[in-house]
Amino acid sequence: MAYQNAEGQNPIPGTRGRAVPLISASGPFEYVPGNQEGPVQLASLADMLQWAQNWARSRSVWPLGYGLACCAIEMMAAASAAQYDLARFGSEVFRSSPRQADLMIVAGTVCVKMGPRLRLLWEQMPDPKWVLSMGQCANSGGEFYDSYYTVQGVDTIVPVDIYVPGCPPRPEQLIEGLLKLREKILKRGLRIQGDPFEE
Amino acid sequence: MERSYNTLDTSANVSQAEFPGEIRSEEMLLNMGPQHPSTHGVLRLVLTLEGETIVECTPVIGYLHRGMEKIFENRTLMQGIRYTDNSDYLSPMLCEIAYVGAAEQLMGIEVPRRAQYIRLLVGEMQRIASHLVAVGTYLLDLGAFTPIIWCFTAREGIMELFESLAGSRFTVNYMRVGGVLQDFPKGWLQECEAYLDKLEGRVTELIALINGNEIFLARTQGVGYIDTQQAIAYGLTGPNLRASGVDWDLRVNRPYMAYTEVPVNPVVLQGGDCFARNDARIREMRESIRLCRVAIDKMPPGPISTHVPIALRPQRGETYFAIENSRGEYGFYMISDGSEYPWRAKMRPPSFVTLQILPELLRGHKMSDAVAIIGSIDIVLGCVDR
Repeated sequence: MAYQNAEGQNPIPGTRGRAVPLISASGPFEYVPGNQEGPVQLASLADMLQWAQNWARSRSVWPLGYGLACCAIEMMAAASAAQYDLARFGSEVFRSSPRQADLMIVAGTVCVKMGPRLRLLWEQMPDPKWVLSMGQCANSGGEFYDSYYTVQGVDTIVPVDIYVPGCPPRPEQLIEGLLKLREKILKRGLRIQGDPFEE
Repeated sequence: MERSYNTLDTSANVSQAEFPGEIRSEEMLLNMGPQHPSTHGVLRLVLTLEGETIVECTPVIGYLHRGMEKIFENRTLMQGIRYTDNSDYLSPMLCEIAYVGAAEQLMGIEVPRRAQYIRLLVGEMQRIASHLVAVGTYLLDLGAFTPIIWCFTAREGIMELFESLAGSRFTVNYMRVGGVLQDFPKGWLQECEAYLDKLEGRVTELIALINGNEIFLARTQGVGYIDTQQAIAYGLTGPNLRASGVDWDLRVNRPYMAYTEVPVNPVVLQGGDCFARNDARIREMRESIRLCRVAIDKMPPGPISTHVPIALRPQRGETYFAIENSRGEYGFYMISDGSEYPWRAKMRPPSFVTLQILPELLRGHKMSDAVAIIGSIDIVLGCVDR
């Protein structure tokens, strides 16, 4: 049975009325309790097609080349240094145009002057799109919490899928964040086994 | 001259008399940045083009302004050290040395000799790391993808050494007022020496890879020429100044800390073009490797920090302390009112001063040379905007 709200409608767009695991919820309004970490359940042909689409999407997430501050250097290290080599995860192609990108890695401090540009770039990205907030400045303002000119968290401007803590995060942390995002993409619109709303 | 970004201004510098007989076309405004792969961060350039030729360039900055100088006034001297890491984020160690140096000068603290040599060693290693990124990204801007992989792979060695020394690989927070945070771990100096040997081979390979490349030579030689008078007039410092034939290096001309004992041979080139500026950085890496070896050889025993009170309260006064950053003169002008918080801490960032010359440099060049010129002056936007 599909998850419905009091009005009998599916409140969560893009999920075909299924329970959203915690890892996939883009906010508290989307969170549905249940077994979050369990494997997905493929009940129908439509589910299998969805899963195949998700699998293909999760294996080649192309980030937008959008370095803002210090974290951008660690992002470049993750993409360029042979020790980390983001190409193993299909994400080494940093696109310069938002029209060709799937993922926006917000790497660095977002300032008041940069905020509208960031929103514009996010709106220019084609759906489906994801946002990874890298570093404390983008997560919550970080050490610039009392600055008069920084945005206190990029989630006040765009919805964020994955938060990667650190100042700046190590390249391994960024890779971990990308792998978490991959899990999230893989479960998009599918039913988790042990779904409490299933009859 | 004040120019509007929104309307076409036809009073550009190219007059009809300069191109007699040519058909004058409409000028075009081109916006480059703030999200652009070749502006090294969030620099925005508003370019006025006459065909392919740039007639006017207006840099628009402030996309990374974090109010750092105001934040310094609300942090104690000890807390402020961390924020200098984020200003010039390619050379955090050197920025910290400038900040704590200003604080020490204000308080009249003499740093122990061992701490001075540690600062020299880690500072020169940071200079190598910064130049590796500068060279790698410059070549990436010009279309060569291999050097950035080589440079970042070589840079990881320095990051690992910093991690075992300070606990953090990138924003280190290692300097303290009166000394440094902690002494070397066991075997660190041997590891450092082994790494320097490996790096020297890498730099030699890099020179063979870059400086003999015909495409690279064609795109950089004679492009973005700065003559000696112009470089001095615009206040350039660092490798940009020395590539224009001026022998000025704060490590030699205003020696501070251990540089009074360790002589430096500054790299002075006469070229003045993009190639010379890039070459100066590669040669400075070799010089820094030599300085690191000297520092390891002469590393004196003794304490790494003097005894300083927990609450650092400098007496009333003001001071200016500048060091040779990897980009030039990086200084701190600090005023104290006798409390724990600096009344004013003004940065003198080299990138901000270097950016002044960019409109002058770009004027008259083709659009495709713009990327080569922006990369060659090696600005860091965290340092420009603070």
